[in-house]
Amino acid sequence: MITKRIIPCLDVKNGRVVKGTNFKNLNDVSSPVELARYYSECGADELVFYDITASFEGRQLFIDILKEVASQIFIPLTVGGGINTVEDFDRVLKCGADKVSVNSGAIKNPDLISQAARLYGNQCVVLSADIKRVDGEFRIFAKGGREDTGIEAIGWIKKCVEMGAGEVVVNSIDTDGVKKGFDIEMLGAVREVVNVPVIASGGAGSAEDFVALFKEIPDMDAGLAASIFHFSEVLIPDLKKLMKENGINVR
Amino acid sequence: MIAIIDYGVGNLFSLKSSFCAIGQEAKVTDDADEIRKADKIILPGVGAFEDAVKKLRNTGLDLVLKEEAEKGKPVMGICLGMQMLFERSFEYGCHEGLGLIKGDIIPFEGEIDSSLKIPHIGWNALEIKEDLPIFKYIKNGDHVYFVHSYFAEVTEETIAKCEYGTVFTAAVGKDNIYGCQFHPEKSGQVGLNILKGFCELGG
Repeated sequence: MITKRIIPCLDVKNGRVVKGTNFKNLNDVSSPVELARYYSECGADELVFYDITASFEGRQLFIDILKEVASQIFIPLTVGGGINTVEDFDRVLKCGADKVSVNSGAIKNPDLISQAARLYGNQCVVLSADIKRVDGEFRIFAKGGREDTGIEAIGWIKKCVEMGAGEVVVNSIDTDGVKKGFDIEMLGAVREVVNVPVIASGGAGSAEDFVALFKEIPDMDAGLAASIFHFSEVLIPDLKKLMKENGINVR
Repeated sequence: MIAIIDYGVGNLFSLKSSFCAIGQEAKVTDDADEIRKADKIILPGVGAFEDAVKKLRNTGLDLVLKEEAEKGKPVMGICLGMQMLFERSFEYGCHEGLGLIKGDIIPFEGEIDSSLKIPHIGWNALEIKEDLPIFKYIKNGDHVYFVHSYFAEVTEETIAKCEYGTVFTAAVGKDNIYGCQFHPEKSGQVGLNILKGFCELGG
């Protein structure tokens, strides 16, 4: 059977990985290529790169880096950040990305999802949703989680999947950074309404949190995290081993 | 030299890079002579069957591929490229493939439990036929990366099986003609090792 995926996420700004990293065995901890290679070798199932650069120059740099990563790392790569048009899809796919993640771009123009799905297939289009509880409902936030869009999240995700999103990353703003575990309630609510892979993000503080995620929601597909991997708080080989011991199917 | 046939479908960047990573010269090409000169041929493919097969036939390279395959040159189809080696596909209708491998391509939908997600996307384990040169560098149970909604049923030409609600053909092999449903260029070291095994085949 298909395995549960573990996905490190790298935020790239002006060609460097930000959020700080702490690796003993890497010379250049903020080099996206070195980090990608490290993760690929230690068993990451997929990598996500977010381009958080705002400038034109930074964006060009990101493209160069993506090409370099894709020429050296042979696991699936998802790219997000600043994806607003099908031309943006084209640009990153040509550099070796396998999937493209849309967030604010889809909020501004929901047709982007159907257009991209028609051109590149549903499997290529990943909806990334930043969600926070407001007045007793799940709400979609934009601009990196700073702006309440007023859109109800569950209905929004359902609509995006119907339009062609082939995968959904659910990032809970409520649990993000708290490191006390994934947002099981929110993830379960999303899982119930869609029949495409759902990737859990936000809240993992330990390997046990991943085990709890897949135990409590057995048909969750993947867990994504950034800083706990970057700071070596959780090592992917140890995490995979713990998951295996708990009867979770891993690579 | 390995020729990766370029017929305007999909992105061949990772595929070319993966041959480079195992020290093999690979060329993405739509030139018939180049393909004839190559030691081995890769038929890639993503997207829809009908569209891809049409595009390939429009270039005339399907005939070159068949000619070279009949001469005994090692050929490998990848993902939709593998499906195109078969006789027919039932993806949105019924479409004729290249017919180099016997059998049909059918949808997961209706064949597997409806709680399973389609496409079959992610890492899954291979059950390989032992002692084949192409699998010299991998072992039974190794994981590879799949993305597909249609599959080939298991036949005597199946050389690796996989399970997703049903048991299907993950890789096929008949004489010098091979196909992988999964993406070796996205399957980490295991994938590179399969390409290495393919590159070392005689023919």
